[in-house]
Amino acid sequence: MLWQKETPGANVVIRGARVLDPAEGVDARLDVRIDDGTIVAVAEQVDANEHRVIEAEGLVLAPAFVDPHVHLRTPGREDEETVASGTAAAAAGGYCAILAMPNTEPVVDSAATLGSLVETARREAEVPVGFLAAISRGQQGEELTEMAELTDAGAVAFSDDGVPVASAGLMRRALQYASITGRPLALHCEEPTLSRGGHVHEGRVAAELGFAGYPSVAESVAVERDLSLAGYERGRVHVLHLSAAESVEALARARAAGVEASGEATPHHLVLTDDAVRSLDPNVKMNPPLRAERDRVALLEAVRDGTIEAIATDHAPHAAQEKDVPFEAAPFGVTGLETAFGALYTHLVRPGLLPLATLLERMSGGPARIFGLERPRVAAGARANLVLLDLEREWRVGERPFRSRSGNSWLLGARLGGDVRMTLAGGAVVFE
Amino acid sequence: MIRLVTDDLRPPGEPPKRHLLSVADLTRDDVERLLGTARTFAASLERHVKKLPTLKGHLVVNLFYESSTRTSSSFELAAKRLSADTLTVKSTGSSVDKGESLRDTALTLGAYDPDVIVIRHPQIGAPQLVARVTEAHVVNAGDGKQQHPTQALLDLYTLQQELGRLEGLHVAIVGDVLHSRVARSLLQAFALVGIRTTLVGPPALLPRELPAETTTDIAAIRDADVVYVLRMQNERMQPGANYVPSLREYTARWGITPERLRPGQRVMHPGPMNRGVEIDAAVADSPRSLVIDEVRSGLVVRMAVLYDVLTGGPVGVRALAAAEVA
Repeated sequence: MLWQKETPGANVVIRGARVLDPAEGVDARLDVRIDDGTIVAVAEQVDANEHRVIEAEGLVLAPAFVDPHVHLRTPGREDEETVASGTAAAAAGGYCAILAMPNTEPVVDSAATLGSLVETARREAEVPVGFLAAISRGQQGEELTEMAELTDAGAVAFSDDGVPVASAGLMRRALQYASITGRPLALHCEEPTLSRGGHVHEGRVAAELGFAGYPSVAESVAVERDLSLAGYERGRVHVLHLSAAESVEALARARAAGVEASGEATPHHLVLTDDAVRSLDPNVKMNPPLRAERDRVALLEAVRDGTIEAIATDHAPHAAQEKDVPFEAAPFGVTGLETAFGALYTHLVRPGLLPLATLLERMSGGPARIFGLERPRVAAGARANLVLLDLEREWRVGERPFRSRSGNSWLLGARLGGDVRMTLAGGAVVFE
Repeated sequence: MIRLVTDDLRPPGEPPKRHLLSVADLTRDDVERLLGTARTFAASLERHVKKLPTLKGHLVVNLFYESSTRTSSSFELAAKRLSADTLTVKSTGSSVDKGESLRDTALTLGAYDPDVIVIRHPQIGAPQLVARVTEAHVVNAGDGKQQHPTQALLDLYTLQQELGRLEGLHVAIVGDVLHSRVARSLLQAFALVGIRTTLVGPPALLPRELPAETTTDIAAIRDADVVYVLRMQNERMQPGANYVPSLREYTARWGITPERLRPGQRVMHPGPMNRGVEIDAAVADSPRSLVIDEVRSGLVVRMAVLYDVLTGGPVGVRALAAAEVA
C-alpha cells in the first residue's frame, strides 16, 4: 500500500539517544543498531562493528511520523509539488510515511491514474507514500468510483477531500460499497450552502474585517450527518481537518456510541485562531478556516484525550503567484510537512499543554492505526522508521530553503524550538 | 492566546511609510489633526483662486478597480487643488482586463515613483498588498467590505460642521451592515471620538459579532441624533442568498421615510442612493439631508489626507512587517 523508490537499507548505530516510543513503553537512554534497514538491537550498549555511528547524546529517537493528509499536486500541478519534492519535504519533517489526497488534475478516480502514480512513487518517492482514491468520479459527487478495483490497485482509503460529498444519499451508498473494500472513507465535512463564499471563520474577526463568514456549523452539521450515516451503515469513517468544537463533540458522542470513527487535527488549527487573519496574510487562509479560541482549546483537549487520534498537516502547496494576491483572491491551503513537529513542540509541548509522548503518538502510531499501516516503532525486528529530534535547537522557518516546491507556510519567519535532525524511512536514511 | 514570535523583516533604520489603510490604525489625535487640516483647506477654498502650491511636484496615482463617482473625483480634485500631478488608472480598459495581477500593476505604476497611490479594490487587503510592493504612501479608498477610511473621516467632518460637536452624539446606522465597508469604518471612527452607534437592519444583514448595539427594530432610530442610511447593495447580493425576501419588503420595514423620522433628526447617506429603496426621495431632498454636505466634506478631507500622509505627524502609520501573524 506504500511505495518508495529503491534505496539501500541503512547500516547505522545511533548511540546515546533518549529512545522514546510511548506505544512500546520505552523511555530510556539507549543505543539502537540497524542492519540493512532493520532494527536489530535496542540496548544499553550495542556493538558498532563496521557500521556508521551517529552520536545522538542529548537527542530524542522516536518512531518517525505518519502524515495521513498531504497534497502532492501530482498529476497536474507539478509546478507546485511533485512526488519527489513532497516526499523530500516529508523526510525533512521527520515523516516515514505520507498519504496523498486524490484531488489532482485529473482526479485519482481510476485504476489507471492510480497506477501511474504508483509507478512515479516507485521511481521518485524519498519516503514511502500511499494514495487515497476519490469517492466519486471526478469528485463531482454524483457517481461512485470503482472502489474495489481501486483497492486492488493500492488505494489506502477513499476521499473527495477538497470538496465535500454534498449528497447524503451518495454518502450512504459510498459507506455501503466501501465496506467490501475494508478501507475507510476520509471525509471533508462541509455543508456548502452554509460555507459558500466564506473566507474566514464567522466570528468577531470576520465581522470586523468584513470577510464573508464560514461558520462552525457549516462543518459540524456535515460531521453530524456523516457520523449518523456511518453509524447506520456500520461504516468506517475518518473526519479530516476538524476545526470546530461542535464537530469534536459530535465525534466524541459517535465514538462513545460505538461508531467506527476517527478524526484528525492540523498543526495550524491547534496553534492559531482566526485572530491571525487580522494580518491579512494569505498564508493563514485555509479550508476549514482558523476558528475561535474555544475551538482551538476543544481540539487540543481532544488530541490530549485521544478523541482525535491523528495530527495531519493538510500540506497544501500553492504557487507563489497564486498566494501573493489579496486575501480573498488567494486559494485555501498552507504547507506543513517541514514545520509540523517544530510548531507543535514549540507551541504545545514547551508550554506544557501537551505531553511530548502524546504528540509523538498522534503524529505516528495514531494515524498509522487509522489507515491500517504498520506502526513505526523502536524495537528489534522492526523496519527502521525513525526520527532523531533535537529539542533544543532554535531555528527560523525559511532560513533553510524548503524542500517543498512551494513556500506558502503559515510559519514563514517564525522562530521555532525543536527540529528534526535525521529521518529513517523504510529502512533508509532519507534526511539528515 | 498563543503568539508566534516573528520578526520585522524590513531593513533596519528605515522608518515605516505613512499610509492610511484603516481607521483602526488611527488615534483620536490623528483624527483631530486631520479634521483641523481639512478646516484650514476649507477656508482656502473660499478664496477666488482655489489652488494651493502645497504638493507641487508630487505625483498622486488613483488606481480604481471598482466604479466610483464621488471618491475618485474628489481624490483627483483634492490632488489638483494641492497642485500635485495626478494619474488615474481604472481597471477597465487597462492591462487588468488582460489578466494582470494587482501585484504586477502596482509594480508597474510604482516604477513612476508616485508619492501617493490611492487604491480602491473589491478585495480586502489590496491596499496592504500595494503598500508591501511599492515605495509609495498608500491611501485606501475602499477595499472590499473592509474599510473606507476617508468616508468615515469625511462623515466625522460633516457631523462636526453641521452639529457642532462629535462627542456624545448618537447615530443610528440603518441597512445592509454586513456588506458595508462604510459601516465598519464608521463604527471604529465613532468609537474613537465618543459617538454612540446603534446598528439597525434585517437580521441576516447585521453581523452578530460587531461591537455595537444592534437591533432589527426600525423604531430604534427615533432615539438617534442622526440617521445614517446605508445603500442596499444589490450588486453584492448573491442570487438566492435570501438576506431579505424582497427589496419591497425591505423598504416597507426599514426604508427611511419622513414618517419614521422625528423633527430635528439629520440624515446621512454615503451614496450612491437608491431612492425609493433604502431612502425615500422626500427625505433625500429635504433640508435635514446632509448628503451634499458629505460630498463637499469629501474634497477637503481628502486634501487633508494627502497632505498628512506626505508631510504630517504619525497618521495611521502601520508597520507592515512581512509576517504579522499574531
